[in-house]
Amino acid sequence: MSAAVSRLERVFWAAGSAVAVLYALLPVAWIVSLSLKHPADLNDKRFLPQSVTFEHYRAIFQDAQFPAALWNSIGIALLSTALAVTLAMFAAYAIVRLEFRGKRLVLAGALSIAMFPAVAIIGPLFNMWRAVGLFDSWPGLIIPYMTFTLPLAIWTLSAFFREIPWDLDKAARVDGATPFQAFRYVIAPLAAPGVFTAAILVFIFAWNDFLFAISLTSTNDARTVPAAIAFFTGASRYELPTGSIAAASVVVTVPVIAMVLAFQRRIIAGLTAGAVKG
Amino acid sequence: MLAVTAFPILYAFWLSLFRYDLRFPEERRFVGLSNYASILGSEVWWQALGNTLIITVGSVAVELVLGFALALLMHRAVFGRRTVRTAILVPYAIITVVAALAWRFAFDPTTGFVNALLGLERVWLTERGSAFFVIIFAEIWKTTPFMALFLLAGLTLVPHDLLNAARMDGASAAQRFWRITLPLMKPAVMVALLFRTLDAFRVFDTVFVLTRGALDTETVSIVGYNALISRLNLGLGSAVSVLIFACVLAIAWLYIKGFGVSFTDERRR
Repeated sequence: MSAAVSRLERVFWAAGSAVAVLYALLPVAWIVSLSLKHPADLNDKRFLPQSVTFEHYRAIFQDAQFPAALWNSIGIALLSTALAVTLAMFAAYAIVRLEFRGKRLVLAGALSIAMFPAVAIIGPLFNMWRAVGLFDSWPGLIIPYMTFTLPLAIWTLSAFFREIPWDLDKAARVDGATPFQAFRYVIAPLAAPGVFTAAILVFIFAWNDFLFAISLTSTNDARTVPAAIAFFTGASRYELPTGSIAAASVVVTVPVIAMVLAFQRRIIAGLTAGAVKG
Repeated sequence: MLAVTAFPILYAFWLSLFRYDLRFPEERRFVGLSNYASILGSEVWWQALGNTLIITVGSVAVELVLGFALALLMHRAVFGRRTVRTAILVPYAIITVVAALAWRFAFDPTTGFVNALLGLERVWLTERGSAFFVIIFAEIWKTTPFMALFLLAGLTLVPHDLLNAARMDGASAAQRFWRITLPLMKPAVMVALLFRTLDAFRVFDTVFVLTRGALDTETVSIVGYNALISRLNLGLGSAVSVLIFACVLAIAWLYIKGFGVSFTDERRR
């Protein structure tokens, strides 16, 4: 390959990269810009704000609705993540380490649940939750989130666990470690990256969910941020409080983006684990 | 785990056999399959199914092409590869509702920059055709990264030696792509397509935020939600749920039997 061709190629791929980055970040930049615009400038159709104000941020935190929703979102997402990942760890361990009948069935079942249309169970859940008093409560959302994320977590974790040299455990035992010590000092550190990846994916799911959140909640008691944002109301149905929505969007988006940027390698590994590589 | 999803779907099937409207609970009675008859006989369902298919096919087709471009970019780019990889995770991680709202404001004729950029005076979300365009556009933006990452994982499985050998033998870049890369990647492509098709078929958040199903843009999930939660008609809504579930099964079956997608073969490699 001559130098000229490779240079042309380099420029081509570099330009492509720039387009891809722009593509990914454009709407985020737009919503940040909207949230910083003066209320009077909101309709100026410009991409960038003429002058910067934090008025919208102050407004949403002074309102009762948004802080409550933020608290619900954080609490529900964290609890769902902790529970789903803990359960998934046992399941994935069993799948990787033990031979039992129907192992394939469990994995296939897990996959089919991951593809399950959520709208098909909101009706029954709505009815059941009203009957047992879980409607508009934290557990009322945590239970469906766990159900929908367990398959994802099991799938991811078993892909990671398969790579762990489990014989190290035996070696540690031979060297006189108790089963607990072998787990604590040998296996746990090796399993941590997988567990962590699964946790991020589960958290993103619970944090993003909208359908369950609007169907199974009705007040600030359990309504999460995506649902609250969609129901922010202005003076009339046709007048959206654009600035507040933009500010609230930024508040819930930035932490997740920061997390994604910090852990990108693991997220990519987790997303594609098991599905493509063996 | 099965109990938590299998039970509701069976319960949904059970509820779907009743006339059961929470606004008139005393009128609850067994009606057999008549809920299904009234859904399958109504225009709303077929319209929604058509809309859902338009959105699904439209977004998945474009995503496949764009996703391939992105995957190749991440595979081949000499520098900036990491930046691209990181950047395209942003659409994946962003809350769907937030993304949809961002696009809604962008396409809005009074707040948005899209019209100014294109020199148009269009009111995008008041017309069926352009509303579909915005919905599909928003879906594509949000989910192409997922497709790209799957395809990238597939690309890394294509042996370099094989491509170099073909190059030596005088195969052009296009030939190498169509004759070697694509056939070898077929399993990965099919799995990615299956995931995204089933995912797109469930589209709810984006449509809810952009049009609330107005202008005949209702999808099957919106129909189900409206019947169940807005109108509290558990009987009819459950029947819709069961039908959606049946559609999803049918799509999965079509992929697995029709196109030979196999997860077990994948895993043995």
